[in-house]
Amino acid sequence: MTKTTKKTAKNLTVPIRSIRGSGLDKAPTGIAGFDEITFGGLPRNRPTLICGGPGSGKTLFGLEFLARGITEHGEPGVFVSFEETEEELAKNVKSLGLDLPDLIAKKKLVIDTLRVDREDYLETGDYDLGGLFIRVGCAIDSIGAKRIVLDSMEALFSGLTDHMRLRSEIHRLFLWLKDKGVTAIVTGESIEPSGKTREGLEEFISDCVVYLDHRVNDTISTRRLRITKYRGSFHGTNEYPFMIDESGICVLPVTSLNLTYKASTERVSTGIASLDGMLGGKGYYRGSSVLVTGTAGSGKTSVGAHFIHAASRRGERCLMWSFEESESQIVRNMRSIGIDLEPSIKAGSLKILTSRPQIFGLEMHLGIIHKEINAFDPKCICIDPVSNFTGAGTMSETKVMLTRLVDLTKSKGITTIMTYLIRGGMPAETTDAGVSSLMDTWIVLSDPEFNGERNRILSVLKSRGMPHSNQMREMLLTSHGVELIFPYLGPSGAVTGAARKSLEASEKALSVAQQIKIMKKKKDFESSRDLIEAKIKMMRSRLQSQEQAIALELSQAKTRDDVKTEERSRMGATRAPAPDQKAQELR
Amino acid sequence: MNPGSDRSEIWELRLYVAGTTPKSIAAFHNLQEICKTHLAGQYTIEVIDLLENPKLAEGDQIVAIPTLVRKLPEPVRKIIGDLSNTEKTLIGLQIRRAKARSAS
Repeated sequence: MTKTTKKTAKNLTVPIRSIRGSGLDKAPTGIAGFDEITFGGLPRNRPTLICGGPGSGKTLFGLEFLARGITEHGEPGVFVSFEETEEELAKNVKSLGLDLPDLIAKKKLVIDTLRVDREDYLETGDYDLGGLFIRVGCAIDSIGAKRIVLDSMEALFSGLTDHMRLRSEIHRLFLWLKDKGVTAIVTGESIEPSGKTREGLEEFISDCVVYLDHRVNDTISTRRLRITKYRGSFHGTNEYPFMIDESGICVLPVTSLNLTYKASTERVSTGIASLDGMLGGKGYYRGSSVLVTGTAGSGKTSVGAHFIHAASRRGERCLMWSFEESESQIVRNMRSIGIDLEPSIKAGSLKILTSRPQIFGLEMHLGIIHKEINAFDPKCICIDPVSNFTGAGTMSETKVMLTRLVDLTKSKGITTIMTYLIRGGMPAETTDAGVSSLMDTWIVLSDPEFNGERNRILSVLKSRGMPHSNQMREMLLTSHGVELIFPYLGPSGAVTGAARKSLEASEKALSVAQQIKIMKKKKDFESSRDLIEAKIKMMRSRLQSQEQAIALELSQAKTRDDVKTEERSRMGATRAPAPDQKAQELR
Repeated sequence: MNPGSDRSEIWELRLYVAGTTPKSIAAFHNLQEICKTHLAGQYTIEVIDLLENPKLAEGDQIVAIPTLVRKLPEPVRKIIGDLSNTEKTLIGLQIRRAKARSAS
């Protein structure tokens, strides 16, 4: 699973790298997301400083850089530790998906621990770091390393008193590593709040500086990463949240995400026949993101549940996150509108995950969602509601997080439906976090109060790439699901609820009267038609009899003519000379 | 410590260098001088050139060059630099204390 995650992130980087990474040769770190924001990775054959406070993930960054360099880019690496031993390091990162002993056994990784305790050393006179050079050189040559990590500089500095000499020696070390063609990472502890390292390492490791931060805001901690310096290269300048999970570090860039996912033309039902009808008769696009906004109680969850229910019954794997209700509560509530989610849950095609948004920071939520998606491999997901994330971060952070979420699901071709609670009194067409622009389809629900009642109204505010109804529909939550009713379009506009019913009734009465009128007209017409038809019949029979008379006359005349001709010919015959008995008799 | 074992105590010293640099040569000379004066007949000096045997740098955790390691008597002590400061070197090797003890 880890593999696939990293793969996806890597694939995304390819187009960007080809556009912008041409200037400087870079060594891809393989750290998910990091290569994206640096347009290809760290500067090759140059030192990079990774600085941050204690526990900010510096050592892990270094180890992952080496491990991924080995497994994904075929570049062996050396880890020089001034603090922890090989065993300690291996143990620490084992839970993060890095198997160091395996890499060491394969002769792809060397971990060299150098303990520099001030008590051990006494300095008298001139010296240099030749020993370090030789050891590092020895380690590099033993496996043909292309990458090296020195962790951490503070430990080295604290072990030796002559810092001026150390600086010049470290500078010399980097020049030497550059000559050897080794890409280096140096870690350094930074002092809050300036973010500068204690020994001013930035001053001489100045090609690339990455700052890691672990901050707590409103009791919610967030890890952040920023590239404060990158000589000769484009880089994202934002603070990027990152997380450390069982697949290591995952930087979650936003602004540099490219829009390269494939758009499907396949359509999936919304689970509500009449809503399908409003969306060109076919429903959402497969892999699109759908936003359902609405005020409290406007039926957002129901619309989401319909979709998930329909999909899971088709046998598609579905995930549903609820940040408000427990699983059994959702199942019970949805049953009241005729949606039984339980069979799908039992069959394993639907998984409901519930948690409070405030329990983690946003990036952790995203990480969990990421992880669950990878593990469950769903076709459809529903997140209800995403507006609750604003409780775990600021508005802009939430937007950034949701952007990443949408990008994640889109890149995986997952159809996503997110609900968003609109605070009362706000116009229905707004979201606090401004996420609507990310969405392909936006369904707005509202339940305005009018004439002493509240009626739910659904409309499709936008739906990219498909014809969709511009009408507002009244939404009814019945015992057999959501029903959308055509609005009654009266002289005073569309009306809903009781007003619609009364108008519909009066229209019905009107139409009955009209129908009677039409019936009468029809009858009148029928009788007149009968009359005319009878007349036609009569006239036709008269015509026929006349025709017959003429025919008779004609045939009589013809008979007469025939008789005459016969007579004449007979007479002719008697006058002719014929030795015939009869002729003689006549004479 | 045990004063009776003083005469048999051997100072096992190891000097790590990297090639014949001026620093290395200076360190070696300085060490020899110190040993001759303070540890006559009681020491061994092993010079390890890391350019020839880079693997040996690992054993004594050598970072700087030159480094003098006192293997014996225990505990292991390390002194880095060209040993140009004799006073400091003596303190580092704890020769002063040992001598003082054996004299008493």
